[in-house]
Amino acid sequence: MTEDNRLIFEGQAHKYGDNVDTDVIIPARYLTTPDPEELAKHCMEDIDKDFVKKVKKGDFIVAGENFGCGSSREHAPIAIKAAGISCVIASSFARIFYRNAINIGLPILESKEASQEINDSDELKIDLVRGIISNKTTGKSYKATPFPEFMQDIINAGGLINYTREKLL
Amino acid sequence: MGMTITEKILAAHCGKDEVKPGELIMASCDFILANDITAPIGIKEFEKLGVSKVWDKDRIALIPDHFTPNKDIQSAMQVQMVRNFARKMNITHYYEVGEVGIEHALLPEQGLVLPGDLVIGADSHTCTYGALGAFSTGVGSTDFACAMATGKAWFKVPETIRIILHGKLKKWVTGKDIILKIIGDIGVDGALYMAMEYTGDGVSALSMDDRFTIANMAIEAGAKNGIFPPDDKTIEYVKDAMKSGKRKDNYTIYQSDPDASYLKTLEYELDKIEPQVALPHLPENTKPVSELDDIEIDQVVIGSCTNGRISDLRIAAEIFRGRKVKKGVRALIFPATQKVYLDALREGIIETFIEAGCAVAPPTCGPCLGGHLGILAKGERAISTTNRNFVGRMGHKESEVYLASPAVAAASAITGRITSPYEIVKS
Repeated sequence: MTEDNRLIFEGQAHKYGDNVDTDVIIPARYLTTPDPEELAKHCMEDIDKDFVKKVKKGDFIVAGENFGCGSSREHAPIAIKAAGISCVIASSFARIFYRNAINIGLPILESKEASQEINDSDELKIDLVRGIISNKTTGKSYKATPFPEFMQDIINAGGLINYTREKLL
Repeated sequence: MGMTITEKILAAHCGKDEVKPGELIMASCDFILANDITAPIGIKEFEKLGVSKVWDKDRIALIPDHFTPNKDIQSAMQVQMVRNFARKMNITHYYEVGEVGIEHALLPEQGLVLPGDLVIGADSHTCTYGALGAFSTGVGSTDFACAMATGKAWFKVPETIRIILHGKLKKWVTGKDIILKIIGDIGVDGALYMAMEYTGDGVSALSMDDRFTIANMAIEAGAKNGIFPPDDKTIEYVKDAMKSGKRKDNYTIYQSDPDASYLKTLEYELDKIEPQVALPHLPENTKPVSELDDIEIDQVVIGSCTNGRISDLRIAAEIFRGRKVKKGVRALIFPATQKVYLDALREGIIETFIEAGCAVAPPTCGPCLGGHLGILAKGERAISTTNRNFVGRMGHKESEVYLASPAVAAASAITGRITSPYEIVKS
């Protein structure tokens, strides 16, 4: 297991609604570069112009259903990761975003309860290995949906590139 | 227990006799693709793998269609990177402006994707090829990178929603109206992770172009793939496309077993479907055009991987013929490929558009994603035959996009407000 997966993250929740699409996560007008730092500067700007300013390293995005719907742009999880977000918690994820996040090593957790009950600015602590989300502001804890073993293998390898290098080449 | 067409294709590509929904498989791809936005990240990731050659230079398409003809220096540099990689790896299917078209119209037209194929593309609308009876789905750049090296990708076998279509569509009602109606009914996550399989006697009456439109927007319901059972129309289309000689192998026809299992079944009477419009800012916000109040528009876009094929342009031309675009409205037409453009030119369709006051642009994804060639200013409103109407999709975050068919879009260009084609052409 790589160091990334062992990390326990602490930070603040930034809360959004259902169907946060990849066009608002990173608008197409910025897709003229694959550079993570450049992309991160514009992350979420069309629904929350202060996002980049207020996110501190380690913070979390908490959202509702179908997070990351729309385009297949991997720039979306890349921008979120480079903006300093340590993990996205949502009721559900759109499928391409889900696999992109796993493939590039952006931690994501699925929990309807956590997504509904966590408020904007709540202080959270997340144990990624166990999938435990603790809300320090309210004192409540949640267990996220566990990943199937196969996906956990990709996560443990640190993403699909390492997995492919180790297992398929 | 029988299997669905999706399950059969997936099983055949992972060397199994049978697969079941929920099962995770590593499958072999027949064809993979990426575009000028997704390929650059894919190439960077591929280079981390440390392999010197791609899996199969003839089964990879690199299609610069999004910001092309290059809109600025940065996008030109991205295309240059893709071009250089294509040359270095001797990629057969790299297409330059002049021969390139919108990927999901170009690949089927050129016979590069075939029935029974397993296709992945670093573009969410890769699900379009399900119209041919292929399993095809959108992935990200890293999946594409790994498939470029190995020819393989991982999948969770999806559950399937069966959608039974009955009867025939009325005049001016198209595949776009069917898919908008379905998305309006089930929602933008109504088919999350699932296959949407179309069947019933209504399918045989649908043109291939209508089927491409319907399969194309499976992703707008959250689906993994949309798929049609191949029939005589499919085979006729594919045989014609294969004359290009670009794929040397043959295709395989799969059909769902009568006792295949479905998560649920939806049924539609096609003659009851009215022209639909999806209101901002989600494709699920659909209403029949007849129920809308007067909604004035600034711009009309007809084109894209959803509705830029020749039948789409024919429908629009039927409405524009002998009429004029309303003063103050900008009507933009994007034929999806060079072949579509040439066919439209030869049929006099381009002339009709220009006489009506439309601007005809080269094949590109440009305006659909707010890339270039038709960006909306603050407070502007467009009706568009594209596939997404998210906040800021076609320009300023305070602009609005209404999604509709080419018939509704053309009718709206003439009046300057969202309009039913029945109001324009009375017969």
